[in-house]
Amino acid sequence: MKIHEYQGKEILRGFGVPTPRGAACFSVDEAVAAAQQLGGKVWVVKAQIHAGGRGKGGGVKVAKSLDEVKSHAQQILGMQLVTHQTGPEGQKVRRLLVEEGAQIVKEFYVGMVVDRASQRVALLASSEGGMEIEEVARHSPEKIRTVRIDPVTGLTDKEGAEVARSIGIPDVANAEAVKVLQGLYRAFVEKDAMLAEINPLILTADNRVVALDAKFNFDSNALYRRPEIVVYRDLDEEDPAEIEASKFDLSYIQLDGDIGCLVNGAGLAMATMDIIKLYGGSPANFLDVGGGANKEKVTEAFKLMLKNPHLKAILVNIFGGIMKCDVIAEGVVAAAREVSLNVPLVVRLEGTNVELGKKILAESGLPIISGNDMADAAQKVVAAAKGAK
Amino acid sequence: MSILINKDTRVITQGMTGKVGQFHTVNCKAYANGANCFVAGVNPKKAGEEFEGIPVYASVRDAKAATGATVSVIYVPPSGAAAAIDEAVEADLDLVICITEGIPVHDMLKTRYKMQGKRTLLIGPNCPGLITPDEIKIGIMPGHIHKKGRIGVVSRSGTLTYEAVGQLTALGYGQSSCVGIGGDPINGLKHIDVMKLFNDDPETDAVIMVGEIGGSDEEECARWIKANMKKPVVGFIAGVTAPEGKRMGHAGAIISGGQGGANEKLAVMEECGIHITRNPAEMGRVMQKILKG
Repeated sequence: MKIHEYQGKEILRGFGVPTPRGAACFSVDEAVAAAQQLGGKVWVVKAQIHAGGRGKGGGVKVAKSLDEVKSHAQQILGMQLVTHQTGPEGQKVRRLLVEEGAQIVKEFYVGMVVDRASQRVALLASSEGGMEIEEVARHSPEKIRTVRIDPVTGLTDKEGAEVARSIGIPDVANAEAVKVLQGLYRAFVEKDAMLAEINPLILTADNRVVALDAKFNFDSNALYRRPEIVVYRDLDEEDPAEIEASKFDLSYIQLDGDIGCLVNGAGLAMATMDIIKLYGGSPANFLDVGGGANKEKVTEAFKLMLKNPHLKAILVNIFGGIMKCDVIAEGVVAAAREVSLNVPLVVRLEGTNVELGKKILAESGLPIISGNDMADAAQKVVAAAKGAK
Repeated sequence: MSILINKDTRVITQGMTGKVGQFHTVNCKAYANGANCFVAGVNPKKAGEEFEGIPVYASVRDAKAATGATVSVIYVPPSGAAAAIDEAVEADLDLVICITEGIPVHDMLKTRYKMQGKRTLLIGPNCPGLITPDEIKIGIMPGHIHKKGRIGVVSRSGTLTYEAVGQLTALGYGQSSCVGIGGDPINGLKHIDVMKLFNDDPETDAVIMVGEIGGSDEEECARWIKANMKKPVVGFIAGVTAPEGKRMGHAGAIISGGQGGANEKLAVMEECGIHITRNPAEMGRVMQKILKG
C-alpha cells in the first residue's frame, strides 16, 4: 500500500527524522492560510499523488509571495498531473503539501528495500540525490552504497557513520545523518514497509540533514496489525476496478488489451495472459479468483471484466485443485445469465471433477466455446475477439 | 527414489484442527501411503484429542518425541505462521513445508534469520507443497493428476505446477517429485536448491522448471545449471505480459526498478542451456521432444 509524501513525512518525524515544516491542504484557501501560518518568504507547493516524477510534470512549484502560493495552488489543485509513472492520462491532484522553502547545499539519496537475495533489509545510499535510484544503478552503479542490515543489531552507529561519509555528507553533519538513517530503518521495520525512500535527503546551509521527500510502500499482508498505516489509504489514488475486486478478495489488475481472463492461481493467470499475447491477442486484465472461488466470486469477477469498455471476449482458464471444476462451471453459467453476457466466452477446464464441469457448461444452453487445453482455448478466444471487432 | 520425501516420511501437521488443515489432512491421508505417513497434529489447546484418528500434541517437540516424525506441514493462519515455522526449526525437524499465504514479509525476514546455522529446510511459504507420486502428498495439490515416473518439477506457482504435471501425465510421462517453492519474496528452498537435489537423484531423468517475474532466483539457478547440471531442463517463466511495478497476485511477483522481468530471465536461462518455451501449453511437449531425442 502506497501513501502520500506528507503522510510519509509524518511517519519519519515520529522516528526523529527532520523534515521541512509544512501542512497538507485540500483547497487553495487552505494553501494560502498554511503558507501564512508557516511564515517566511519562500514556500514550496507540492502536488500529492502516489506517483513519482511530480516535479518534472509541473506538480512542484516554488512561491516567493502569498500571491504566488495562491496562483500555484490554483494551477496544481485539480490538474491531471502526468509523470512517467502515471501513464498518459495522468492522475488528478486533490491534495497539496505547502512547505517552508529549504536552502539546499547538496542532495543525496537514501532508501530501504527488502533484499530478496540476502533475505535482509538493505540500505541503499547515493551521492546522486534527486535522481531515480534505478537510473543511477544503470549508469553509475559504483555510486550506490549498499548495507545489508543485521536484524538483531539494526543499523549500527558505525555503519551509519560510514555510509554517511561514503556518500559525501560532511563530518560536521555526520551525527545527524546517522540519526536520519537509523530513524528510517526503524520506521521501515516497525511499520512493516516494503520500500522507503528519502529522495532527496538534503544538506542545508546551516549543516542540517533534512528529508525533502518521503516515499513509502507497505506490506499489504501486515496491514492487519498496522491500523495507523491503514488510515493513510487514499482510494482516489487506486484503480476503481482494483478496489472493487479487493472487496471480493479477487486479485485484479487492469491492462490495456481486449480479452478478459478469469483464472485460478497467480502463476497460471500470468501464463494465460502470456499465451493470449503469444497467439496474437491482447489481455484486458490479470484476474486470479484464488483457490476458494464460489458462484458469488465468479459472478463478481465477470461483472468486473464487463465494466471494461474495450472488452471483446473472455477466457476462463481453470485448473481445478482445491477448486472443483463443477463448482466453477456452475458459477460461470450463473454469472453469464446474471450479467447478460454480450461477448464471446471461451472456457477451459482441467483437474478435479472436469467431466462434471464440462457437462454443466454443455447443458446450460449458453453459447460457451469450449477449449480442450490452454493453447486451444487461447487460439479460440483470440479468434473470437478478432471476429467481434 | 525421489527427493525430500517418500512413502516412509512421517509428517506432523501444524494447524491440523483448523478448517483448512482438516480439509487437506483428509486428502493427504487418503493419497497413496498417506494413512501411514500423517502421524501427528499440533494444537496446544487440543492436546490429547484426535482428528481422523491422528493424535493431537501440544507442541512440535512433543509430536516428534511421540511419533518420530521428521517433517511438518503448516496450515496455521498468516499471523501465527512464522512462529509455527520457528517452532518446527527449534524442534530440529528435517523439513518444514509452509502452505500459508499472506505472512508479513518482516516476520519471514526474522524467521529466516533464526534459521541460519540450523539444519531444518523450509519449503514455502505460500506454496502448494510437494508430492512424490504414488507414495506421499504433502500439501494442497490434486493428487490424481500425478503419475509416478522420472521427471522432476519445480515451480513458484501452484496451478502452473499442476498445468506442467497435467501435460506430462497426458503425454505418458510420470514425475519423480514435484516441488512448489512458493510465491513469496522471502522463502526457503529456491529453484537452485531443488535443482541440485534433482541432479543427484538417480531416479530423476529431466526437470521442468517453472518461474515467474520478480527477484533473480531463476537466473541464479540457470547459471548453476550451466556449470553443473547433468540432466536436461525445460523452463518457462510466467509474466512476459506483466506491467512493471504491479504485484501480480503473488507477493513476490513484481518487476521493480526494471529488474525481474520475464524476458530477461528467459534470456539468461536460454544462454545457460535450458530448453525454454514461451508457451505455457508446450512445457510437456518440449520435454517429450528432448527425451525422444
